[in-house]
Amino acid sequence: MKICVLVKQVPGSDSPLKISDDQSWINEENVNFITNESDNYAVEEALQLKEKLGEGEVVAVSLGPERTQRTIREALSKGADRGIHIEESYPYASDPLQIARTFASVLEGEQFDLILSGLQSDDFGFGQVGVILGEMLGMSTSTLVMETELADGKMKVKRELEAGWFQWVNLDLPASISIQSGINTPRYPSLKGIMGAKKKELNKVSVDSNNEPRQSISKVYIPKKTKRTEMIVGTVDYQVERLVEVFKKDLRIL
Amino acid sequence: MSVFVVVEQSNSGVHRMSWEALAGGQALGRDLSLPVSVVLMGENVSALAESFQSKDVKEILKVETPLLSNYSADGFSSALAQVIETESPKYVIMGHTYMVRDFLPRVSAKLGLPFLADNIAYGVEDGSLVLSKQLFSGKLVADVSPNGDGPCIISFQSAAFQEEDVTDGSGASVRDISISLDENTIRSRPEEPFQEAAGAVDLSSAEVIVSVGRGIGKEENLPMVKDLVQAMGAELASSRPVVDAGWLESYHQVGSSGQTVAPKLYFALGISGAIQHVVGMKGSKNIIAINKDPEAPLFELADYGVVGDLLEIVPKLTETLQG
Repeated sequence: MKICVLVKQVPGSDSPLKISDDQSWINEENVNFITNESDNYAVEEALQLKEKLGEGEVVAVSLGPERTQRTIREALSKGADRGIHIEESYPYASDPLQIARTFASVLEGEQFDLILSGLQSDDFGFGQVGVILGEMLGMSTSTLVMETELADGKMKVKRELEAGWFQWVNLDLPASISIQSGINTPRYPSLKGIMGAKKKELNKVSVDSNNEPRQSISKVYIPKKTKRTEMIVGTVDYQVERLVEVFKKDLRIL
Repeated sequence: MSVFVVVEQSNSGVHRMSWEALAGGQALGRDLSLPVSVVLMGENVSALAESFQSKDVKEILKVETPLLSNYSADGFSSALAQVIETESPKYVIMGHTYMVRDFLPRVSAKLGLPFLADNIAYGVEDGSLVLSKQLFSGKLVADVSPNGDGPCIISFQSAAFQEEDVTDGSGASVRDISISLDENTIRSRPEEPFQEAAGAVDLSSAEVIVSVGRGIGKEENLPMVKDLVQAMGAELASSRPVVDAGWLESYHQVGSSGQTVAPKLYFALGISGAIQHVVGMKGSKNIIAINKDPEAPLFELADYGVVGDLLEIVPKLTETLQG
């Protein structure tokens, strides 16, 4: 079984998010880039599926600038077999249709049985690329997957619905599915894995983009505050004292 | 040229977020002088159609075939793509539900049309539509515009519009739209929905909720939160990372994949305020947030904010309350 896992490098949640002067994106200086959270679960699920089957190949694919290779190497060090880095420079594509077209043009010849992606990226948060790519490559799709089963060339996924409900969905292969965080416990790379990853194949490809975006970001800004918030500032003792006062006098809940 | 609001069905009829989407579609229709119609898809949507007879819509468009009796990404995306192709609406609007995330990107890909997803608001600048979408879990917002002419698909986040703002009207005409679906093109077959670990706690009726997030750090710190819950006579809730880590059962979870709550007080400990959590608790009457990070988005929503270490504050607070 040939499994593709889409990974993305995004600013870590502790990184400062300073808006660039032209307000088109953030200023990337001092930003600590990490692998997108739900993509870690997708990588783990891909590796576990391969391990259960006892055969197959896991290919980690990412679109981004040079630094993105670190995220691909991380997947390789955990056990992915090879990587594909689709090169992109600033300004980054910010249309999921355009991004998926780029992936499709690189991946169509690969004939993957299964494509896994995280449910959404922590930066743009479109949550669309895996589904669109599935459509473009003629695959069945499912999203927010919390469990996978694979038997006799058929895929069965437990899909998360709203408000605590779930549903099993039977899918024909090939399929592209997006993975919800919490589906598994992502492994850490071993030292041996890290050393081995250096020797694994990582192909860099560039795509000549005759591929116009159908949507564009015109401006990025800090949300306008709509609520008046009382910030309780002071020593811990004062903060506790004020909280108790708020409970009793302002909210009358105790 | 018109606005289409595509309705999602839930067990009880119309999905709550479809009413919100209709309120948004009607507002957009007024601002851009476009008529608004609703699209209903299913095996038999006659009963559903009646829900919209008294609303201010031009047409109720019915798309009926047995292959739409159960939801499938293939079936629903193919059906809606055909409706958009034959009817050429200017805007196609839905609530940003889990079902929409599952099939609407396929419609966008089938037709090569922009899908502007998960917006919190819209504006009109020089006659053109601009949508606002949260980035980085709500820490930033982006204004996004569709490029080119032709239909544009839009989804709105929960509570971007209010169900109460749907305007009434009369004289909506009902029209059937025929589509063709081939059973062999539907490659996913759903089983019956089910609930896991059904709620030992009914958070929806709780007066006071103490909710704990990633900021708790480790499982060993949970007892101090439980002590506070007891001292306040509250119910315990959490954000997703705490459940994912296996520290609390999933029925404690508040947010898009958990419960929706509206207590008198929502006391958030170490919860940054990612959108997926906020949609489940922003209806709370009062919100107090404790977080180490002064930039945590939840402070934007809170009535009271405490920047500090919850591991220090919580035990002292419990002690004082037990006084």
